[in-house]
Amino acid sequence: MMANYERDETGKIVIPPLSKGRRAYDLLIKGFLYLAALITCALLVGLIGYIFYRGLPNITWELVSTAPSALKDTIGILPNLLNTLYIILISLLIVLPLGIGAAVYLTEYATNRRLVWLIEFTTETLTGIPSIIYGLVGMLFFVQFCNLQTSILAGALTLVVMILPTIVRTTQESLKTVPESYREGALGLGATKWYMIRTIILPSSIDGIVTGCILAVGRIVGESAALLFTAGIGSIIAKNIFAAMSRSGGTLSVMLYVYAFERGEFGVAFAIAAILMILVLCINFAAKLVNRKLKNKF
Amino acid sequence: MDIITTNNLELWYGSFQALKGIDMKIPEHQITAFIGPSGCGKSTFLKTLNRMNDLVPGVKITGEILYHGQDIYAPEVDVTWLRKRVGMVFQKPNPFPMSIYDNIAYGPRLHGTHSKAELNDLVEQSLRGAALWDEVKDRLKKSALGLSGGQQQRMCIARALSVQPDVLLMDEPTSALDPISTMKIEELMSDLKQQYTVVIVTHNMQQAARISDRTAFFLLGEMVEFDETERMFSMPSDKRTEDYITGRFG
Amino acid sequence: MNTIFFLCGMTAILSVVVITLYMVLSGLPAIREIGLADFLFGKVWKSTAKDPQFGILPFILTSLYGTGGAILLGVPVGLLTAVFLSKVAPRRVANVVRPAVELLAGIPSVVYGLIGMIVLVPAVAKTFRLANGTSLFAAILVLAIMILPSIISVSETALNAVPPEYEEASLALGATKIETIFKVSIPAARSGIAAGVVLGVGRAIGEAMAVMMVAGNVANMPELFKSVTFLTTAVSKEMSYASGLQRQALFSIALVLFLFIMVINVILGCILKKKGGDK
Repeated sequence: MMANYERDETGKIVIPPLSKGRRAYDLLIKGFLYLAALITCALLVGLIGYIFYRGLPNITWELVSTAPSALKDTIGILPNLLNTLYIILISLLIVLPLGIGAAVYLTEYATNRRLVWLIEFTTETLTGIPSIIYGLVGMLFFVQFCNLQTSILAGALTLVVMILPTIVRTTQESLKTVPESYREGALGLGATKWYMIRTIILPSSIDGIVTGCILAVGRIVGESAALLFTAGIGSIIAKNIFAAMSRSGGTLSVMLYVYAFERGEFGVAFAIAAILMILVLCINFAAKLVNRKLKNKF
Repeated sequence: MDIITTNNLELWYGSFQALKGIDMKIPEHQITAFIGPSGCGKSTFLKTLNRMNDLVPGVKITGEILYHGQDIYAPEVDVTWLRKRVGMVFQKPNPFPMSIYDNIAYGPRLHGTHSKAELNDLVEQSLRGAALWDEVKDRLKKSALGLSGGQQQRMCIARALSVQPDVLLMDEPTSALDPISTMKIEELMSDLKQQYTVVIVTHNMQQAARISDRTAFFLLGEMVEFDETERMFSMPSDKRTEDYITGRFG
Repeated sequence: MNTIFFLCGMTAILSVVVITLYMVLSGLPAIREIGLADFLFGKVWKSTAKDPQFGILPFILTSLYGTGGAILLGVPVGLLTAVFLSKVAPRRVANVVRPAVELLAGIPSVVYGLIGMIVLVPAVAKTFRLANGTSLFAAILVLAIMILPSIISVSETALNAVPPEYEEASLALGATKIETIFKVSIPAARSGIAAGVVLGVGRAIGEAMAVMMVAGNVANMPELFKSVTFLTTAVSKEMSYASGLQRQALFSIALVLFLFIMVINVILGCILKKKGGDK
């Protein structure tokens, strides 16, 4: 079909420009897109900037190297730094074997598809449960039923359940990238399955496991609701990790809440916030590094 | 009359030159076929004709493409208008994940047709134009993804017709289809040329010989030969064309 | 060795069972004593009065409104940012914005709460001339920011997965890039985007600490500029000192929250399953 074109004096056709309405729509939406991205970035920059602005000047050597003292009326967060560290260590120590084991079971052993579905479904479910619920059940189960009292151990065990899905998922993903030929090769040489897993599968999925650990550490560092009623708000320096385990101990995030919301010590709260942000930045950076290495490998 | 003329058209992807000095006149109401081995530039050339290559990062184009005498790379040219006039059908059928009706009505709605009656007309007309109406008229509201591959491709042709183009570019439109669907589309193309100018890229020489009026042979970014199909297949003037159509390489 | 791996695999199932059991068993007694209707639809919560009343309708509604408000604000910004990242942003810009979003996701909720308390609440008070800025509105703002990262990253993944052929077809019909994105790409990615929104709903409804720090925690029926209590904060506010029926009622609130979350999980599962079925 030959449309009628408008032609100019030289006989060339005249191409009409995009209609005003469509051009306006385009521009408007594009404006919104840039605006949205700008808002997101501005939020981040504003948040981080403000935290550092208010927090960094309050980070003093005394604050990070002492325990709070009612006598001298000083606040120190060294115990909370240590508590955070203890909870990270204990949680990882317990969750790693469990999570890696579960991932290995899912990818290497499980044959019953419905069971696999059920495990994956419940793992997903755990991801969706809010931390306040973990806190409550942790309180009922670990603190009261298991009689661990409000303690670092009870808090760490609660977090184990909370970060289990992270470890299972990242490990599972990296196990899936191990080529089938590795498995066949090892088994073909007469290795037992366990030997094959130990020497071939796990070493080649170490990056995924490390990524999982980093993500888990990120969650633990930022967690507060699940720990408030399980690990409590203790701020005493224990002799060692074993002594600390059975005692109440507040992590940095929990203490940030306590200092800001219950005691009105905003200077300390911002100092903790700044420390948390530095940790978050480091964790993100570390995750990036491992991820990049992971990509290079394959 | 020639509907599209290219003068000394050159195209680079970064530092790789994909098209070298192409001069071509595409006649109206005919089927023009581009043949050549893969990577010869035939698809690239096709996509310059409605500026779909604009989307590729790092692409650079020099020379001229005249559509009805108007340079389509001139700054004042609205590319959406051009693409409406110069429609395209792709290698793999690519219906939108919507109903058949919405697929066909997509283009007209875009260009400002919103009246229900007009849209109904356009949908019917376009589907008839692509010889698909009788097969789908009872399930226009069903998802287009439920159609067979051949039907999907004809629906894509109908969709291209819905915005009333005068040129249809087809990029190996039957390469993903079975022989029977291919035959149907070839028959359709012969009908289409009454109303439209059809340009088709094909890697199937028999197809070019069967359906096209003129054929262009591309090799390594050059247009080696462009002639009436019958003459080209019976007495090619270039040795390389002869080698290709007699199956010595490709 | 088999058995050990099997047992590890069972941990997740066991955990969900234990959590569910504890939630139900500890949540039911108070509901039985108070009466389901009085509990769910009672408008007054006076847990420490001489003649205590345990109506949690204010908490339920606050949680719903708060989440709804956060979605209303967070989804447009999040979706548009995702579109920007996936389709519009020059590569170098995207490489700056994307890590920013990841970082936003990593900020602990108490930090959001702190900023909310110190910056947002006074700002709300000043802007709307309130005596006190702790309000549902402040909580909505904080929640909207907190759910942004999940909405952005899930939607971006969904948008990236849209087959380029769809977009080519649209462009070849004379659509502009923006028209193509909004008429083809977003509809094609809708189930993934929906999953992101549902995920955001889950985040918002389950958030406790940040909300606690900005919402004021008075058991009012929800109003935008009134101090309110969410389901989550109702639990955590009184848990440390509650006893007897009051304490049991807190567990019942948690049970209600738990049921909400489970429903959201099921919806999310259905969306993802349907999405898998499409392919």
